[in-house]
Amino acid sequence: MAVNPKYPEADAAAGFDLKAANFMLPVIYLLNANIEALAAKLGEKVETAPEFFHNTPVVIDLSGLPEGVGEAEFPLLVGLLRGYGMIPFGVRGGNPAQNAIAEALDLAILRDSYARKTKTADAATAADPAAVAAVLSATTQSDASPGVATVRRINSGFMLVTRPVRSGQRVYAAGGDLSITAAVSSGAELMADGNIHIYGPLRGRALAGMNGNLDARIFCLDLQAELVSIAGHYRVSEHIPKELRGVPVQIFLDQKILRIEKI
Amino acid sequence: MSRIIVITSGKGGVGKTTTSAALAMGLAQRGKRTVVIDFDVGLRNLDLIMGCERRVVYDFINVINQEANLNQALIRDKRCDHLYVLPASQTRDKGALSKEGVGRVLEELSQTYDFIVCDSPAGIEHGATMAMYYADDAIVVTNPEVSSVRDSDRMLGILSSKSRRAETNAEPIREFLLLTRYDPHRVESGEMLSVDDVQEILALNLLGIIPESKAVLTASNAGIPVILDRDSDAGQAYGDMVARYLGEEVPHRFLHAEKKGLLSRLFRG
Repeated sequence: MAVNPKYPEADAAAGFDLKAANFMLPVIYLLNANIEALAAKLGEKVETAPEFFHNTPVVIDLSGLPEGVGEAEFPLLVGLLRGYGMIPFGVRGGNPAQNAIAEALDLAILRDSYARKTKTADAATAADPAAVAAVLSATTQSDASPGVATVRRINSGFMLVTRPVRSGQRVYAAGGDLSITAAVSSGAELMADGNIHIYGPLRGRALAGMNGNLDARIFCLDLQAELVSIAGHYRVSEHIPKELRGVPVQIFLDQKILRIEKI
Repeated sequence: MSRIIVITSGKGGVGKTTTSAALAMGLAQRGKRTVVIDFDVGLRNLDLIMGCERRVVYDFINVINQEANLNQALIRDKRCDHLYVLPASQTRDKGALSKEGVGRVLEELSQTYDFIVCDSPAGIEHGATMAMYYADDAIVVTNPEVSSVRDSDRMLGILSSKSRRAETNAEPIREFLLLTRYDPHRVESGEMLSVDDVQEILALNLLGIIPESKAVLTASNAGIPVILDRDSDAGQAYGDMVARYLGEEVPHRFLHAEKKGLLSRLFRG
């Protein structure tokens, strides 16, 4: 197994050895998409042995998940594990859509021989929107959701906000696009699994393609953002060129590089 | 139906208590039965500004804990028959404010009074959230500087999500902006944010602009709401604010620096 390429004549390569090794790692088997329940259960486990889980790399096994579920919860799960001090570093047993998301989250795709057979290579089937929306709205209920009068959820994914999004508020359009027809203050946070459209100044943060959708875009009439991100590829205001500030722009990924263009 | 007005800001020292006293006095002078409540439990400043600190026997917390009834705790203002003050306790902390207790007191007050003015403490913790929970209207007091504007923005976010009206999906709280400590000279020289700068971020219904004025400090120290000082610019500006709150159309004043004449320059420097 050991690969040990040594080239005594080349100074640059003499600095390291490349070897293969086996590690014992905890694997988290996902059986359903209920992150809330998972969080509670995981919390109990961690409490019994906090030292054991601290800085422990973990692998997420997706083979037990029902078909077509899990795309949207994935970023939340990774955040949850990190919150408990674990280092989620790879997935196995996912379908191509799930693997794409994992890749977008900088997770390794671990090949697994047995688990794949039962799953059909079902590409980009959207998760059951209702179920996903329910789970996500339950997890993002800080002081977001400013009442029914201001936020309208048409069908499942699409979300329309007609009042200003204030500093400290978070709005998450689970499974679809988010449109804002007012200003977004600095300190506010917009998240959407799809595109984000802002018909006003964007002074806060906007994160599109939360579920790893690399084709998501952000459109805004007046870019003054603190941070913009698409599928985890982000840029902070310091790195947004001056000539693009205060003008209408669209933000998208081009070969996984975040680009901001005037419209 | 009585209306519950919360005076809030997030940031401290911007003029919430001064504004509460002025608004309550202004409404009462117009014949509205008004009560002003100090929610700043533990610090207690409103009674000083209203000049009734020596007459405090029972306080808001006593009423919430049913150790005293409302009539025992309410202090009638000596200058205006329609105005009552419900002082805060200095010996308790804000945790003594329970949602049910506050709700019960406000419900009882709303039987008798046209307007209930709630003077909120600074911050976004329990005391402030209790002060705004039952509000119908909110006056967000803001100074023309960035941190105050940011805190007001945060406060507006909380108002639109953590109030009774938000939780019951009723019509949202009416939000108003009051700019205080406005200094047109410093705005013109670019040292201070202008009304337009603030409105670009907050975009609210502007209830008034109170100029920076020595009269405010003098009035506070004397225990007289500054609105009673009709000769001062701040007193007049608060008078305009009350009129606007009651729906009158009053042009905004004190927006621009007065050009100093030769004589005043010579004498006042």
